[in-house]
Amino acid sequence: MKVKYFAWVRERIGKSEETVEPPANVRTVGDLMTWLARRGETYAHAFEKPRIIRAAIDQAHVKQDAVIAGAREIAFFPPMTGG
Amino acid sequence: MTAKPTIRIQQADFDIAREIAALTNGRTDIGAVVSFSGICRGNENGEDIAALTLEHYPGMAEAEIARHVESAMSRWPLSGVSIIHRVGRLNPGENIVLVLTASQHRQAAFAAAEFLMDYLKANAPFWKREESAAGTAWVDARTHDDAAVARWTKS
Repeated sequence: MKVKYFAWVRERIGKSEETVEPPANVRTVGDLMTWLARRGETYAHAFEKPRIIRAAIDQAHVKQDAVIAGAREIAFFPPMTGG
Repeated sequence: MTAKPTIRIQQADFDIAREIAALTNGRTDIGAVVSFSGICRGNENGEDIAALTLEHYPGMAEAEIARHVESAMSRWPLSGVSIIHRVGRLNPGENIVLVLTASQHRQAAFAAAEFLMDYLKANAPFWKREESAAGTAWVDARTHDDAAVARWTKS
């Protein structure tokens, strides 16, 4: 699946998107953050406070307990500050 | 009659008079247009701001705005809606966002414009980064923006 990062999540990780293949036990958005955080220091920094990170599956907001099976695109970003 | 909403995300500035004319052109059923403009401030909490840079999630930003426009149209009798959000680097005094709502009567247009701005700020995937003498920093989300949204879900 494709993972996208925005704003300071993107800056901390150092890339705006990548393709990842998490193992089957990574079921939810929250699991995916925990799994990504183990990929290295930049990821650990980006996901150090997972509760404040927002997520979207296929461009729709989801909660952290949302199941990721079947997702084409998952995005992680800080709370929004537009308008 | 409800015209197809206009939703645009662009770097370029917008002309409010031209956008209102586009919304009302050829219509005689519209009695009210409410216009809200969000403008880049030059000072935030006593600190001078040199510029704002706006980032967005292409695709999702348009989809989120469209979803909230649909929701507004189901709540109020609107004749038309236009929303334009700028992205990229903006200087103090420049326009950031435009919300236009048109209706037969003013109450629906006022309420829908406020509803759309509240939802847009809390839910549309845009992020602001501020440049100041202290460097650059991502703007923190405000809890009162979430509170502003919550009041529309009561009763």
